[in-house]
Amino acid sequence: MSNVLRREDVAKVATLARLTLSDEELDLYTEQLSKVLQHAQDMNQLDLTGVAPTAHPFGLKNVVRADVVTPSLDHDAVMAMAPDAEDGRFAVPRIVGEAP
Amino acid sequence: MAPLPNGWEMVVGLEVHTELKTATKLFCGCANAFGAAPNTQVCPVCLGLPGSLPVLNEHAVDLAMAIGMALHCTIAPSTFHRKNYFYPDMPKDYQISQYDLPINSGGYLDLPDGSRVSIERAHMEEDTGKTTHLGGSGRIHGADRSLVDYNRSGVPLVEIVSGPDIRTPEQARAYASELRGILIATGASDGRMEEGSMRIDANVSVRRPDAPFGTRCEIKNLNSLRSLQRAIEYEALRQIELIEDGGTVRQETRHWDEVAGETSTMRTKEEAEDYRYFLEPDLVELAPDAAWQQRIREQLGPMPAARRAALSALLSHPQPAQLDAIEVVVDLELDEYVHAAAAAQADVAIALARAANEVAGNLESRSNLTTDAFSATVLMEQRGELSATQAKTVLGDVLASGGDPAAAAAARGFEQMSSDSLSSTVAGLIDANPDEWQRYRDGDDKLAQFFIGLVMKATKGQANGKSVIAELQARR
Repeated sequence: MSNVLRREDVAKVATLARLTLSDEELDLYTEQLSKVLQHAQDMNQLDLTGVAPTAHPFGLKNVVRADVVTPSLDHDAVMAMAPDAEDGRFAVPRIVGEAP
Repeated sequence: MAPLPNGWEMVVGLEVHTELKTATKLFCGCANAFGAAPNTQVCPVCLGLPGSLPVLNEHAVDLAMAIGMALHCTIAPSTFHRKNYFYPDMPKDYQISQYDLPINSGGYLDLPDGSRVSIERAHMEEDTGKTTHLGGSGRIHGADRSLVDYNRSGVPLVEIVSGPDIRTPEQARAYASELRGILIATGASDGRMEEGSMRIDANVSVRRPDAPFGTRCEIKNLNSLRSLQRAIEYEALRQIELIEDGGTVRQETRHWDEVAGETSTMRTKEEAEDYRYFLEPDLVELAPDAAWQQRIREQLGPMPAARRAALSALLSHPQPAQLDAIEVVVDLELDEYVHAAAAAQADVAIALARAANEVAGNLESRSNLTTDAFSATVLMEQRGELSATQAKTVLGDVLASGGDPAAAAAARGFEQMSSDSLSSTVAGLIDANPDEWQRYRDGDDKLAQFFIGLVMKATKGQANGKSVIAELQARR
């Protein structure tokens, strides 16, 4: 069975997800992801007239919390997690391009 | 602005982001408050630490629905998606946002000039952290490193997307201004553009009338209504010049430089952004039932347009300056003063002027001024017990330290000039200036000013100009 996903598609998704894949991995994931996608396409063949789309497998809705402040983390503990910090803030390498 | 050259037409749609005035963030209990020390309002959820789970803030939903209702939107069952991207302002590497099923869609906003702008959607999402670029010019290019404060990360936002219905920079400004008033009136936002609690992006394209839409550019960094108006005008003219010179507009994001007064390329969108949206598996469907919606609808007060109309209705023939005053009064939520004065049979024109100037100029101390004290001051002015200048001073005193306007007037030595004493002062001055009086009686109205000046001098400014005129006319 031919793959529904092309090797270039997988390479592009890997780039978007900041993953470096070897040639062997690209082949492997192209085959595996194609099977997943094929399964979804198979399900698309079903006649689902009258079946409402499912937003979540649990079937719950309106799970909310009251708007009440709870304690935040200790500032020193937070900054201790930062690879680099300056002036109470996380320091990150120079950013190329603006936020999306 | 003047019409665009050679019959060009601009097409503008606005995306307005507003931070919601909740106590906590959208998905965690960290405080949503501006101005705290960096990274002191953060927790595992808004820092994106492994294993943390988001839980939706109920009040953020209340406010999002209030915005939707005020904009005549349909409120529908909605879901949350992950918008995936790599940028340090979002520690999770995705932003939780509503995508194909927003909570509010299909509304409209009517502007004071009678035009209507459609609202495509008003959806919920979380704000990002705040990055500061160090080194170089302060802008991103040339910066050595960037510092990130995650206090804002996860703050609830509603993004309001208009249809491409706006045709002039002035209309864009009117839309943003009216929308800001609505956001404040719903209690959803404080509308403070300078603090970033309301942020605007503008999508601008140009076309020949009735031609299909042209390629649009998105303009960012519009931090004031003035920037919005200037940037749209600049961008439309830039695109027209480009096309007329044989070029084509590229779809791109452009940055507005307020000092230079121009837009410049931030990044091109030759490759459509691929955010790989997918349903956020840690959140379930949001489907407010009829009772929840009804509760929000009942709490919704009148919107600015209705409040302006209610104030206008107090005047028989509103003058342009009075309409301006009404706009100020509604914008600053001072309506109750004017309505209280009207209910106390005070002069509405005076009340409007005092509210839009003296009270508006001392907003931070308005709690010192009760509506009764305001009405009483206006009544004293209108009865001639205080001159206009004295009434302004009295209002200033009461705003500064509270208390009763009559007491404040007495403390200032603004002795009430009784009509008897004014009458005898006027009579004495008429006797002393028989020639001028005769010319006034013969119809030279300008001489009224001459007598008013004399009375003011004689009473050290305590007399009321209108009362003097009444006194002169009675004797004419």
